[in-house]
Amino acid sequence: MSWLSVQNVDVFYGRVKALSGLSFDLEEGEIVALLGNNGAGKSTTLNLVSGIVRPTAGTATWNGVDLAKIRAHNLVAEGIVQVPEGRRIFSTMTVHENLQLGGYRVTSKAVIAERIEHAYTLMPRLAERRDQQGGTLSGGEQQMLAIGRALVSGPKLLLLDEPSMGLAPLMVNQVMELIKAVNDQGTSVLVVEQNAKAALRIAHRAYVLETGTISLSGTGAELAADPRVVEAYLGGQ
Amino acid sequence: MPLVLKESSSELLVPPNRHQMPPPAPFRWRSEKGALNVLGIAVFILALAVPFITASPYVISILTAGLIYVMLALGLNVVVGYAGLLDLGYVAFFAVGAYTSGILTTTFGFSMLEAVPVTILVCIVAGIIIGGPTLRLRSDYLAIVTLGFGEIIRLTARNLEITGGATGISGIPSWSFFGWDMADGLVIAGIEFNGKILLYYFVALVVGLVGVGGISRLSRGKMGRAWKAVRDDEDAAEAMGINTYFTKITAYIIGAVWAGLAGQLMGTYLSAISPTSFTFLYSALILMAVVLGGMGSTPGVIIGALFVSLAPEFLREFAEWRYVLFGVLLVVTMIFRPQGIWPANAVFPWSPALAARRARRAKATEAPEDSAAGRPA
Repeated sequence: MSWLSVQNVDVFYGRVKALSGLSFDLEEGEIVALLGNNGAGKSTTLNLVSGIVRPTAGTATWNGVDLAKIRAHNLVAEGIVQVPEGRRIFSTMTVHENLQLGGYRVTSKAVIAERIEHAYTLMPRLAERRDQQGGTLSGGEQQMLAIGRALVSGPKLLLLDEPSMGLAPLMVNQVMELIKAVNDQGTSVLVVEQNAKAALRIAHRAYVLETGTISLSGTGAELAADPRVVEAYLGGQ
Repeated sequence: MPLVLKESSSELLVPPNRHQMPPPAPFRWRSEKGALNVLGIAVFILALAVPFITASPYVISILTAGLIYVMLALGLNVVVGYAGLLDLGYVAFFAVGAYTSGILTTTFGFSMLEAVPVTILVCIVAGIIIGGPTLRLRSDYLAIVTLGFGEIIRLTARNLEITGGATGISGIPSWSFFGWDMADGLVIAGIEFNGKILLYYFVALVVGLVGVGGISRLSRGKMGRAWKAVRDDEDAAEAMGINTYFTKITAYIIGAVWAGLAGQLMGTYLSAISPTSFTFLYSALILMAVVLGGMGSTPGVIIGALFVSLAPEFLREFAEWRYVLFGVLLVVTMIFRPQGIWPANAVFPWSPALAARRARRAKATEAPEDSAAGRPA
């Protein structure tokens, strides 16, 4: 069985079916991208993996453990951390406090300090702004802070919900580079994106979601060349 | 200056050989924080010196009451300022503490000191009863429920026999330690301290050491960061592994216990309590102290509480009109200084010298960005 394995999952919001027979997997060390339009079920899929929504049918397992059996806030200690859509940094807390908070479930102060230093070396911009309130950062810096905050918790699997949302194209590239660098250092990544072009450039594999189920899958390069993907997501003619 | 990031990704992702490079050092609060500590200690010493300046019973009396207000505001600041839980019935815990200790000392023969653990326990239970179900809700529901709870406590006290009904409890004793009663006074080095002055010192020590020292320390630690995170964004806090319900109820119970202890001191100070001492007006005044002073700011809420408790003394001739003045003042503050008199994120808000230094340092931090790009890798 795969490292992260989602098998035939149905998720309902009341009577609305958000996911229907969804299956995908992710191996340790991979970057997997989930692409799709609004309402395709991308965020629901992430919330499924981070334990916020529960499947009504099917199973989601990680390392052989049923994810539905772990409470959302305990998943962080287990090693699954979500960077929520829209960054959601703590706006009245300083950059440094935001990073410290990422280590909330880490017991060793030395480990927290080391990871914060690591985040600062990875993103020197944050180090310059360490005493500034989170809310005063630019959108791109906030996205980096959100990723940095998640890194301090020491994730094995990082879930990213639309990291490129609302960012300038230049900034999107930087954030994607950052994700790639994080992955190179051993963290597996599941990224949900509408910006297929940016996501496919860094993803090892990708899935296309349509109305709650997988319609296409393949390596990043395969999908980037697939005429259906080009047609629907990459603005091809 | 716009915060434009460098175009090359090498600026963002530093190669491993630059790993050992010390991070750029932007301005720190440290020296200002030190100055703030010095200021705090100076104010504390001044508070202890007051009885030597004037031992007038009136001054000592209003300052004791003022310090009890400071104590309440510090507690409510944990609930409202740090954890962001709007509590409109905070005086309920004040009443619970005052009545618990009052009943125990007058009816059951406890000493004040022996009543302390019971007061703490009863306040924890009261905090769980009211906070347990309501903290699952978001703040506006909490505000309504706490408002109701405050009234329930007051009306219960008014209608129970053990709480003395509308007349309340009188003859609440002073504090005694190992056979020595505070009311007997004390003579140290030929200076006589009467019971009122000793109570003032006692309250000042509790507020200064446990309140300002303990609570503000707590708020800067891991627990305090979790409170602020829950206040800023509850979902994101949960996503970072914080048990938000536990975090909120911890803040609520700490606030409840602290208010209960303040109530116990108030019982001693007044020596008689009745349901009219715990009306909604007091919840509103304490909340006003916190909002006016600056939510989440220890120096702010101290100023706010002293203002709210001492201003009525200076506005005596206005009688009930003074609360109208308070209302106007609150509206004006919210328009011109919504973050409060002494905002939480400012260290020395009014010092022009420090502000200038801060601006210079901020400038100095922005400048090296350009030189950093040219630094040899």
